[in-house]
Amino acid sequence: MTQTKDQIALELAEAGYIADEGLATALLLTGMLGRPLLLEGEAGVGKTEVAKALARLEKTDLIRLQCYEGLDRSDAIYEWNYQRQLLAIKAREGTGADANSVEEAVFSEKYLLERPLLASIRQVKPPVLLIDEIDRADEEFEAFLLEILSDYQVSIPELGTVTATSIPRVVLTSNGTRELSDALRRRCLYHYVDYPTPDREARILLSRVDGLDAALALQIAELMGKLRKEDLVKVPGVAETIDWAAALLGLGAKDLGANRELVFETLACVLKTREDRARVTKDVTDRLLGKVA
Amino acid sequence: MTALPLETHEDIGAVLRLRLAGFVRSLRDSGFKVGLAETGDAATLLMSPLVQRPAALRAAFRSLFCGRLSDWQRFDDLFDAYWLGRGVKSGVKVTGTSPKKGMKTIRELVDAQGARQDTIAGDVDRRPGEEDEASDDTPSRRREGASIADNLGQVDFRDIQDPDALKKAHDLAERLARSMRVRLTRRDRQKRKGPRLDLRRTIRHSIAHGGTPIDLVHKGPRERQLRLVILLDASGSMNNYTGVFTRFVHGILDNFREAEAFLFHTRLVHVSSALSERDAGRALDRMGLMAQGVGGGTKIGEALSDFNRWHAARVIHSRTCVMILSDGYDTCAPEILGAEMARLRRRCRRIVWLNPMLGWDGYEPVTSGMQAALPHVDLFAPAHNLDSLAALEPYLARL
Repeated sequence: MTQTKDQIALELAEAGYIADEGLATALLLTGMLGRPLLLEGEAGVGKTEVAKALARLEKTDLIRLQCYEGLDRSDAIYEWNYQRQLLAIKAREGTGADANSVEEAVFSEKYLLERPLLASIRQVKPPVLLIDEIDRADEEFEAFLLEILSDYQVSIPELGTVTATSIPRVVLTSNGTRELSDALRRRCLYHYVDYPTPDREARILLSRVDGLDAALALQIAELMGKLRKEDLVKVPGVAETIDWAAALLGLGAKDLGANRELVFETLACVLKTREDRARVTKDVTDRLLGKVA
Repeated sequence: MTALPLETHEDIGAVLRLRLAGFVRSLRDSGFKVGLAETGDAATLLMSPLVQRPAALRAAFRSLFCGRLSDWQRFDDLFDAYWLGRGVKSGVKVTGTSPKKGMKTIRELVDAQGARQDTIAGDVDRRPGEEDEASDDTPSRRREGASIADNLGQVDFRDIQDPDALKKAHDLAERLARSMRVRLTRRDRQKRKGPRLDLRRTIRHSIAHGGTPIDLVHKGPRERQLRLVILLDASGSMNNYTGVFTRFVHGILDNFREAEAFLFHTRLVHVSSALSERDAGRALDRMGLMAQGVGGGTKIGEALSDFNRWHAARVIHSRTCVMILSDGYDTCAPEILGAEMARLRRRCRRIVWLNPMLGWDGYEPVTSGMQAALPHVDLFAPAHNLDSLAALEPYLARL
């Protein structure tokens, strides 16, 4: 492996993701050790973006498995196309084909529906497999996933064992709504994605919002940093910051200090509950702005 | 800072291997879950040219060895202490260390309840025959787990003086908690008809009819088990009950797949991880270490506020029942408690408040804290004896 973490950070930046140093190291290690990477952090800090940027960087496909309560094998790995199978059986009924050949035909590749996990190990070029919000899936599924992530093979009773043609780069994300098992945690590399520092957030803004002035970006980022320290019900994430920056830019703000009214009115972009809106009054906004501008 | 001898060695030398093993050991002592595979990977990393600087090595090891946020936050200190000889001593043992003097531990409270007999036995009128009845409580007389030897079931926990009877009450409390889980799950599985066709099974069943799908099999959303979040008051006024409630909570946590426990007095402590220990004695030891200061005052309002702010989003979902075990004596302003209860109410499905004093004759919940909390409580029930705990189960099963 010739890449260094600085290179990775640089390439990630080109792919549109401003990574901190630890994350670049972690991504480097996933390639080196062949372990999945578990990303934890508050909602809206850009965990999913990491996988997307990684796929862009490696110039490969991103296969995404969104987890939810009740996710099972048939949604995650494979399923037979039952409707087509029934039709095929009915169509062959009159022809006098023998049972064995019908069975063989019906349980062939043609009738197999690939779901994300199976698809990801059958690609020619190793894809990036994003298993999003693993904490929403059931514990049974987690155990099952663990098995796939260690062997990279899937057994289909009617078809045999499918071994990986390429080992995908796996990124798991978790919002911490449920405690994950120690076994899964141990299997994975771990990175905690924190809210970005003002400097990094400003750089993210600059890369995401066209035509944004560097000074304004830094002001917005610093104000967001202060805002996150307030006692809020729903702490705004990076996506909100980007929205807000775009809104301020669109409304022609050049300097936050000079546009206090505008700042207060556009806070709807970042504060998404009634309590938060009520808590951040004009005075609070002025106080926060006073520290920034 | 001495440079690690990385550049000079092709293989990592025996010294470095030993150092690495020591580091892994110190991580395990600090509660990290590190296996052989991780150590092997760490050795690979040490050999690789990527990690020539300690800072780079630290970042790489951090990703490899950490599994959760709490690990993540402690790792840098542990790393610096071990490899660079800086700062705090490495590795804080969770088990086995003795608590500081002067602090009451849960374990002491549990033991103390039994020992009280020697000191103040004369103060409380003992119910005649209680001990005898309790001790000939043979297994055949018990209904499954939840059923309690008749007398012991109705005795207020604070009146149980005999250590044996008390131990029995503790065991029963734990068994009661276990049996709750059995019944709840049994009820969950019975529902089998659903809105969607289960084609996989339908076709499997069609074999019996020569391939014509006559028996249709349905599937529907599986019913999720109730999640219990328990907030246990461990303040001085609850001393008589803390021991037995702790056992009850331990039983619940050991058996409910989804349960979380918090303990509060003047502050809130998340004790689930300590109570996940199978052995009751060791679990109580670990919990005692986490929850220093048991037996002091109570700040229910502040504890709830902490809970709402830091834990609620994670541990509460739409099928969560929050169970508060407290006598409602609060040194905070009642407005805080009321507001926090309202916030909690919006998040969860049910709030059950168990108040041991409700079982006393002539008790009225007139304290200002209790008054503020009551409008937000779905079930306000006594919890002074085993029968009252057992009475909860049907209520929980209905949720």
